[in-house]
Amino acid sequence: MGPLSSRLFALESRRGWTVFMGLAAVLMLVVPVLNLVVPQDAWLHVSTFWVTTLGKFLCFAMLALALDLIWGYAGILSLGHGAFFGLGGYAMGMYLMRQIGERGVYGHPELPDFMVFLNWKELPWYWFGFDSFAFAVLMAMLVPGSLAFVFGWLAFRSRITGVYFSIISQAMVFAMMLAFFRNEMGFGGNNGLTDFKDLLGFDLSASTTKVGLYLASALMLGLVYLLCRYVVTSKLGRVLIAVRDAESRVRFLGYSVTRAKLFVFTLSAMLAGIAGALYVPQVGIINPGEFTPAKSIEIAIWVAVGGRGTLFGAAAGAVAVNGAKSLLTGIAPEIWLFFLGALFILVTLLMPRGLVGVVRQWHERRAIAKTSRSDSHASA
Amino acid sequence: MVHLTRKGRSGGKILGTAALGAALLFAAAPAAAEPSEADLHAALQALDTKKFKQKAQAIEHLGALGGPRVLEVLGALAKGRLYVREDGRIVIAERAGKQYTIQDAASGRSEPKAGKKELKKIKVNNRLRRLIRGVAGRLALFSDDPGQRLEAADNLIKNPKPQALPLFRQARDRETDDAVRAKLEIGIAVLELEADDPALRLAAATTLAEISDPDIHSLLKRRLQPDIEPDPAVRDALHSAVETIDRKLWLFGIAENLLFGISLGSVLLLAAIGLAITFGVMGVINMAHGEMIMLGAYSTFMVQEIFRSVIPPELFGFYLLAALPVAFLMSAAMGVLIERGVIRFLYGRPLETLLATWGISLILQQLVRSLFGANNREVANPEWISGAVEIAGGVTVTLNRLCIILFCLAVVAALAAFIRYSRFGLNMRAVTQNRSMAASMGIRTGQVDALTFALGSGIAGVAGMALSQISNVSPNLGQNFIVDSFMVVVFGGVGSLWGTIVGAFSLGIVNKFLEPVSGAILGKIVVLIFIILFIQMRPRGLFALKGRAAGD
Repeated sequence: MGPLSSRLFALESRRGWTVFMGLAAVLMLVVPVLNLVVPQDAWLHVSTFWVTTLGKFLCFAMLALALDLIWGYAGILSLGHGAFFGLGGYAMGMYLMRQIGERGVYGHPELPDFMVFLNWKELPWYWFGFDSFAFAVLMAMLVPGSLAFVFGWLAFRSRITGVYFSIISQAMVFAMMLAFFRNEMGFGGNNGLTDFKDLLGFDLSASTTKVGLYLASALMLGLVYLLCRYVVTSKLGRVLIAVRDAESRVRFLGYSVTRAKLFVFTLSAMLAGIAGALYVPQVGIINPGEFTPAKSIEIAIWVAVGGRGTLFGAAAGAVAVNGAKSLLTGIAPEIWLFFLGALFILVTLLMPRGLVGVVRQWHERRAIAKTSRSDSHASA
Repeated sequence: MVHLTRKGRSGGKILGTAALGAALLFAAAPAAAEPSEADLHAALQALDTKKFKQKAQAIEHLGALGGPRVLEVLGALAKGRLYVREDGRIVIAERAGKQYTIQDAASGRSEPKAGKKELKKIKVNNRLRRLIRGVAGRLALFSDDPGQRLEAADNLIKNPKPQALPLFRQARDRETDDAVRAKLEIGIAVLELEADDPALRLAAATTLAEISDPDIHSLLKRRLQPDIEPDPAVRDALHSAVETIDRKLWLFGIAENLLFGISLGSVLLLAAIGLAITFGVMGVINMAHGEMIMLGAYSTFMVQEIFRSVIPPELFGFYLLAALPVAFLMSAAMGVLIERGVIRFLYGRPLETLLATWGISLILQQLVRSLFGANNREVANPEWISGAVEIAGGVTVTLNRLCIILFCLAVVAALAAFIRYSRFGLNMRAVTQNRSMAASMGIRTGQVDALTFALGSGIAGVAGMALSQISNVSPNLGQNFIVDSFMVVVFGGVGSLWGTIVGAFSLGIVNKFLEPVSGAILGKIVVLIFIILFIQMRPRGLFALKGRAAGD
């Protein structure tokens, strides 16, 4: 076994790999088979709607991983991660917009409908290149990454930590929201980008495309998870944990806290951008609503519910909370906000380590009970 | 219509001038005193004709008679409410059910109701209506009510007609009210700008240089266009007048921005001052702070509704005074509940506090939405703070904005005094500076925490009461302020009351100065970016507290 593959193998414990592979098999084999192969009227059939919904949740899980990487491991609570997610989404949305071409309502070969509507004569410079998929994907990572780099560089250099960082990151996403609501920005203003037709030539309304996007999300989630594991099990990861627990001590030991934080913050933003880019073709719209501060705070609760600093828990938390959201808003929309609010309070008060923490505690207690029983056996 | 009893001021001489001037230019000129009832009666009878030409003459004649009765009759005529009775008298009639209420046109006395058959309407066409407007406008210039005279003068200045010049002069000569007289002088100057005599034009230009009105400004500029003003001396005067007005308008613009900025700043300060206590003094991030503001606003709404249904309407205006303690106590009680129920367990874990209080804010918002509905609730301005004040040169402030500035200053002063001089304030400062030392001196830190949080929340509630007077009361009210108020506190310096005050006013003023340049939204974005950059340079804000209190 080469050094790289042994490093890869060491990312997870034996049981961790079993769970990972098991989940991968369910998400990437069982669900598509249940959708595509099992006939529609069979009770085991999973409808395309649910596949897309699950795909959406997987994107949220990716976003939660990105936040957990910085909050759970480096102690930086960003309340502006929706900005990076949204920027990734807008990058993909711009590509999808350009793909519409002459099929828009106004039938303009180059300009998206909203620009024709605003009487714009030519494409703004920042829209160039987005007719290429590769460029759009690159931008979906680079734009959030650069914003995070600049923002993080300014913040970490002047040692802005804790709630101060949270507040200014919230101000950042708020400013983004205000900016993207403006029609003059050239991103469709209030309505955002929508009415997408196809992606890489595949019709977005076809159910096979939807399953394909779902599969891409699942695959990407797996890769992002492994990447995050790689970061947190590396030496850098240990430095980050040390920064989280005692920042000044790490500084005195000679590590560059700023660089470590900046790296992981930028990486996290790029991952959030990828999540956004996968999210947009599945929901079919991106608008400034993604930049509301409330949405960004919600990401933190996904992570908190699952258990921060565990990666796996963050992803599971995102799926669980969003599943509950779909369920509850379906039953009675007004209940959802009560539930979400209560979740914020109860999780922080009663389950500071989240679901993963609860499960671990339960395991530990059983293990202690077992050893004490065997101890008493031995002494008897 | 207002009837004042002052009559026949400064008598007949002016009547003579008036009549002379009128005879020259208008078929009808306003007279000074109230005409006798008999004269009026006779003049009114002339309206009873089918010919519009004769009616026009009658209207001019009525205009020449003048007086408030004539104004009322002409108003009724324009609205088609002037009728001829069976006995031939002219009356003002208004439909009330099947019958008409009747008022004698000449005397204004009420008469028994009459049926439709007894009345014949005096018809008017559009030309007559225009004529009536003109006559009534001129009459109003001689009305007994200074308000009406002012309005009439304003109207005549807005569309100046050279024929009106003698009228203005007469009106000025008999004017007793200074404000109206000044207005009339402007009107005369505006008209004299086009006089044949260069001396008059020169005088007019000098007079108008004193008037910092944008309309006058454009009028003067128009006169400066080539080939309009032949006399070089007058041109120079016009030039310097335009420059003077330019300078004044620029100054007024700055004053206006400053005033609006202070107004916005006091709103921000009100919203942020409670946060300055909970965040600044206790280090607790209360994301539900906005909802405390909202609760205060809804308490005000509830007090208003109670006043509407229980208290006699004369006292309705005082509901705000009653709402003040209610709003404070409601929010303060909720604050204690939150502190004892949730935040107490999370001291030392600021990020968790942030998330938990965000949860509280979601619940409170949804609670209010379920109880009161998602729509805006209307909170009325009591009469004593409605209206507007004109400061100078067209800079007007609505009274409620002005009241908010004063109220905000009062709240801040009261709070500062409370923290500085009261026993509780002393305890609060002690706990802030060194918790364990304060505890060992016998201060119950838990109690102080709860009460400090109550104080911060209560002030947020009072802010909500004030904000209900200028913005919509809806479940989202608090959300709109939360980012702004955090920005104010962080910018000013956490833990410093002065910092919050300076922060709020400077952000408010900067915002208002940016608005005309970049537009409201872009201005806000620029301010946000500025704050983000500013915090990089001074991470502890403008007025950083020294020592451990400001630590993380």
